[in-house]
Amino acid sequence: MTRNTLPVLGLTLAVSLGVSAPLAANATDIVVATVNNGHMIEMQKLTHFFEQANPDIHVKWVTLEEGVLRQRATTDIATQGGQFDVMTIGMLETPIWGKKGWLQEIKPDAAYDIDDLLPAIRNGLSSGGKLYAAPFYGESSMLMYRKDLADKAGVKFGDRPTWDQVRDAAAKMGDPKNGVYGICLRGKPGWGDNMAFLTTLVNAFGGQWFDMSWKPQLESKPWHDAITFYVDLLKKSGPPGSSANSFNEILALYNEGKCGMWVDATIAASFITDPKQSKVADKVAFAQAPSQVTAKGANWLWAWALAVPASTKNAAAAQKFVNWATSKAYIQLVAKEEGWAHVPTGTRKSTYANADFQKAAVFAAAEKAAIDSANPLDSTLPKSPYTGVQFATIPEFQSIGVTVGQQMSAALAGKETVDAALKASQVAADREMKKAGYYK
Amino acid sequence: MRPIARLLLVPAVGSLFLWMIVPLAMTIYFSVIRYNLMEPGEHAFVGLENFRYFVTDPSFGTAIVNTLLLLGSVIAITVVLGVLIALLVNEPFPGQGIVRVLLISPFFVMPTVNALLWKHMMMNPIYGVLSQVWRAVGATPIDWLSDWPLLSVIIMVAWQWLPFAILIFITSLQGMNREQLEAARMDGATWLQQFRFLVLPHLARSIAVVVMIEMIFLLSVFAEISTTTAGGPGDASTNIAYLIFKQALLGFDVGVASAGALFAVLLANIAAAFLIRLVGKNMDR
Repeated sequence: MTRNTLPVLGLTLAVSLGVSAPLAANATDIVVATVNNGHMIEMQKLTHFFEQANPDIHVKWVTLEEGVLRQRATTDIATQGGQFDVMTIGMLETPIWGKKGWLQEIKPDAAYDIDDLLPAIRNGLSSGGKLYAAPFYGESSMLMYRKDLADKAGVKFGDRPTWDQVRDAAAKMGDPKNGVYGICLRGKPGWGDNMAFLTTLVNAFGGQWFDMSWKPQLESKPWHDAITFYVDLLKKSGPPGSSANSFNEILALYNEGKCGMWVDATIAASFITDPKQSKVADKVAFAQAPSQVTAKGANWLWAWALAVPASTKNAAAAQKFVNWATSKAYIQLVAKEEGWAHVPTGTRKSTYANADFQKAAVFAAAEKAAIDSANPLDSTLPKSPYTGVQFATIPEFQSIGVTVGQQMSAALAGKETVDAALKASQVAADREMKKAGYYK
Repeated sequence: MRPIARLLLVPAVGSLFLWMIVPLAMTIYFSVIRYNLMEPGEHAFVGLENFRYFVTDPSFGTAIVNTLLLLGSVIAITVVLGVLIALLVNEPFPGQGIVRVLLISPFFVMPTVNALLWKHMMMNPIYGVLSQVWRAVGATPIDWLSDWPLLSVIIMVAWQWLPFAILIFITSLQGMNREQLEAARMDGATWLQQFRFLVLPHLARSIAVVVMIEMIFLLSVFAEISTTTAGGPGDASTNIAYLIFKQALLGFDVGVASAGALFAVLLANIAAAFLIRLVGKNMDR
């Protein structure tokens, strides 16, 4: 390099920085808080498409683990901190926050085709008829069983079996001496872990969380029958260590071929049918989540959605981003860049109608049927004062759900009788509801 | 001290004091009002209602017992094993440097990763390493997290904190007076006598340091419990930190959370007073 090169290089650098700075300064910065799952990581990779189409908007991502995200987002929105312009929230928070006026109504443009959203998902994210968060991922739950083990045991399932049929099938399909367990179900304490599944089980047995005067019903007959059934079923046909198993643990077991049946999130189907991670990819079949006394609320409903807090200063830019990230065009974009097997599912009718998607996702039909049959506005046999399928859409639910989940896990591990666990759960729920002022 | 010296100290001492008193005062204030993030409105003064709610939780007594058990067990394990292992690697041997680095590395693993590794790789009753070992000798594998939840958490936390103790003790042993040990050996002292009368008193100060630092951090163990057992089954592995989380933070109840936090401060002070007295006696000898 000659003596002159360095100063010239320096000058060029300074000039280019000086030129670009004003351009960058004109852009609106929006901060998007999101959960660290695969679909969101994908969206971060594809953000430059949005920024190219909207050169005046720059997106800053804040990625957090689910529990931390929920804490931060709730604290921020409750104290009107204004840290985030777009938040990723779920079906538990959206109706509560929408009703409190903490969220802006989602107002998409004409090309969005809001009627293309699956009705169940749309209802779950609305309050008073207004949509408060735009879904980018939705799921329900269903029964995923090993076709080969069922055929060998002479078991045949209809479209939606009963839990009694599932219990009999598990006894026939299991072979614990050779490490194959008839059925694997969640047991780890948590309102979104074991209680998500157990709530649907209680719904299927005709139970509910709270009656019309908001009194907890945890010592009612449906709860007793459902939890006794659950503990007996896993004791006879379940894997050891079930009381610490949630989604990831059972997925690992299933992929190794150790589970004959599994009732869990529909997205699990995409993993257990993927030959790259599952040893039994081609041996899986699907049915709807089992009913018992009723099919109401037998399969759950969950969605991750993007919401705009009412306190944001960049409302227009935030709405534009939410529009883009949950539009038909975005799904097409992901399909083009990553393939149809990786598009976010569970949100739009058009995704399921697409032939390429149906080919890439063998579980598509079962998943759509499951989502369509879930109704968060009416998911219990007796009338309930709350909405939500596998939770009650009240702010107290997270705390109550964890405590009850701990008790259920103790009953499963054999540390307490079912009745003692239900009694302790009733006491805890009653305490919490009284403190919150639902009744004296 | 001369007045000018005192005056010059004021900015430093003053800012430290503010640093301490502002959060404490705010916590005390929040603990006596009704403040739930999900209920905007008046923050009424409710006196000791939040404390009463926290203390009447059915799991409160168990949580305190579990916290103290966790604290005591991990401190005992790390101090005893730490001293023994530090003595083991004190004398030079081939590969001493590498062994020391390996011994210290578990401390740098994040608590969540630590917990997940133990839960999935080691303690899983179907495919975990420990269950393979149990089967290899013909026994039924133990279901660690369901049958022994608190013990499992103790094992995870002790594994993580043992390197810290080893590090402090190795450093302390390096500073021992070799000539004194030589003299004792020449006078005919056995290894046990050398250990009891020379090494242990020298280590007393670093043992005190290890105990105090571990006590501060172990009172708030949370990540290991939350990722593995979620406080269960029942409340068998719930400690005070997890109880505050479950009761108050999940319900966004700032009032009860602050009351719980003040209880934790009280517990910490009681434990500290007890331990300082215990260790202080040793140091004076």
